[in-house]
Amino acid sequence: MVDLSWQVPTALASVLFIIGLLGLLARRSLVFVLMSIEIMLNAVALLFVTAGMRWGSPDGQIMFIFVINLAGAEIALGLILLLRLRTRLTTLDSDAANLLRDVQV
Amino acid sequence: MNNLLWLVPTLPLLGALLLGLFGAVLPAWCTALIGTASVGIAAIIASSIGIHWYGNAPASHVFVQDLWSWIDLPHLSIGLSLYLDPVSLLMMLVITTVGFLIHLFSTEYMAGDEGYSRYFVYLNLFVAAMLLLVLASDLLVMFVGWEGVGVCSYLLVGFWFHKPANGYAARKSFVVTRIADIAMLVGILLLAVKLGTLSIQPMLARAVEVWPHGDVWPSLAAGLLLIGGLGKSAQVPFQTWLPDAMAGPTPVSALIHAATMVTAGVYLIVRTHVLFLLAPDVLMAISIGAAITLLLAALAALVQSDIKRVLAYSTISQIGYMFLAVGVGAWSAAMFHFLTHAVFKALLFLSAGAIAMRLHHEQNIFKMGGLRNKIPLAFWSFLIGSASLAALPVVSAGSFSKEMILGSVWFDPTIGPLLWGAGLLGALITATYISRVVFLVFFGPVRTEVSGRYGVRIAVPLIVLAAGSMLVGWLETPGFLGGNRMVTVLLRPAVGAVGIHPAMDILADASGYIAPLLGVAIAFTLYRSGYWQRAATAQPNALRRLMHSGFGFDAVYDVILVRPFMALVRGLRNDPVDLVITGISVLAIRLHRALRRSQVGQVRRYAGWVMVGSIATVAILVFA
Repeated sequence: MVDLSWQVPTALASVLFIIGLLGLLARRSLVFVLMSIEIMLNAVALLFVTAGMRWGSPDGQIMFIFVINLAGAEIALGLILLLRLRTRLTTLDSDAANLLRDVQV
Repeated sequence: MNNLLWLVPTLPLLGALLLGLFGAVLPAWCTALIGTASVGIAAIIASSIGIHWYGNAPASHVFVQDLWSWIDLPHLSIGLSLYLDPVSLLMMLVITTVGFLIHLFSTEYMAGDEGYSRYFVYLNLFVAAMLLLVLASDLLVMFVGWEGVGVCSYLLVGFWFHKPANGYAARKSFVVTRIADIAMLVGILLLAVKLGTLSIQPMLARAVEVWPHGDVWPSLAAGLLLIGGLGKSAQVPFQTWLPDAMAGPTPVSALIHAATMVTAGVYLIVRTHVLFLLAPDVLMAISIGAAITLLLAALAALVQSDIKRVLAYSTISQIGYMFLAVGVGAWSAAMFHFLTHAVFKALLFLSAGAIAMRLHHEQNIFKMGGLRNKIPLAFWSFLIGSASLAALPVVSAGSFSKEMILGSVWFDPTIGPLLWGAGLLGALITATYISRVVFLVFFGPVRTEVSGRYGVRIAVPLIVLAAGSMLVGWLETPGFLGGNRMVTVLLRPAVGAVGIHPAMDILADASGYIAPLLGVAIAFTLYRSGYWQRAATAQPNALRRLMHSGFGFDAVYDVILVRPFMALVRGLRNDPVDLVITGISVLAIRLHRALRRSQVGQVRRYAGWVMVGSIATVAILVFA
């Protein structure tokens, strides 16, 4: 019987990361973009915890705390930007915020 | 007296400077006064030096005036010093005196021209540069004067630059002489490298010390200097520029393209004759080239219809005689012919200018005619000049100098009689072509009505030069006419006694006198029979066209030099060498255009690129 104690969470983390990434690339609404980033962060956090379990080290759980903190800070900043963008452009479409594009002359 | 020497070249330079700065605001009479007086005073000083020299020449027959040091390097120092010896004294006297007369003539000839002051700036500058050329004691300083006269010649040939043809003629004269000057410069550098000095006299002394007679180095150096001289003196194969240089005002042709500048090549060789004596092959080449030049130019002069072009070809031919004398080592004969030629050719050009003045600047001899009684002054001066050019015995200066050259050539041990024959044939043709001009212009029916009259400033130079054309020959006479040897005696300390020979075979001597008379007789017969007039209107045959074009040198140069060069120019017009450099910038611009497409301003697209980059990085880390 093959021991799948760390393979399953690793696969889950990979699936979550790809779901988040695809969401980030595919969704235009900024709320969903922020949510996709959260999913990707959680996938990484899960990978840390799984790695800590695999090698019997507490470092993975410490990193998880860091990632959660980072996610909290990120979501706070992200929501502020989102609100500013909403008042400026009256939309949540990220593609509309393209003022830095190259202007063909 | 000699200490005033520095003033001689300085005064014309000062005149040029003054007129150049203030010419625009000065009235015409003031311009004329400054322009003429600067050369006139220089002529007076030069003459005083000459008279003083005659009785009290320095023991070494050399007077050096050091002005200042120009270049001072560890192995080479070049000083600006003036070197006066009999040769440069003779040159200086001719340049200042003839130059003054031509300036005087110009004040009236050019009156009313819009470039009046500009004209005198160039002319004064020319005299200054020419004097620097002949007085320089250093070859490099001489080269400065050499290029200076070249520039002035360019400026004056293209004086009426509103006509594109004149600008073309000016560029042609400049470019052709410049090609020759490059050879000369190489020769000068060779001498500097091999002999360690460019000061002419020490350099020559050193050349005799280190180089054996007939060695390859002196031949090379002399040959390169010779090319420069051939270019400046319009000798084959560089002669093509001189007939076109007649586009300039006629007094300019008299001063630059007849009397002074074009004889600089002769002067250069006489000045460095010690070097040329070490290179007998080069001397041989000089005399053969000179014989070819004098015959070709004389034949070309025979069919020209423009009076100035006849004179231009005759100048080439007469300088050919000087080179002939130089080639056989008859230095004083060459200098004597330079003296007489300067006088009578200046007279001929000024007379031609004086004729053209009265005929609404008509220069075609077939449209003149019967002017003998209409403008007697021009007739007599042109006649005297022609007699001298044709070397009519006894009455003309040209006869004495040409006899002296032919006499020296006869005694050349190698191919003397052959060269003598060429010279004699040349004398015959010379007499024919100039008599043709005289008959056509002054006799027969009147074809163009004359207008205007001459002022004193036209008359005086013509009369003085006409007197000179008859009398300067008596400075040096053959044995049966008194055996006066003033020129030889004067030049002997500088060039040695070569050129004095026993009397020639009586038959050879006599034929030298008969040839010009025969030439005149031929011209007269052909004129009486109407041949010249018919030939001018008839369709020219191939030989005549060839002679008229100066034996097709221009066409040949056009094919072998000008066209390939112009093709090269057209090829290089778009900077093919720069393609590498411009290619880099074009590539950068292309890449820039490609990359700016990715700058879409959409966060999602950037995130996609970040993903691609990350995957690529990981892939490289894993698989590499």
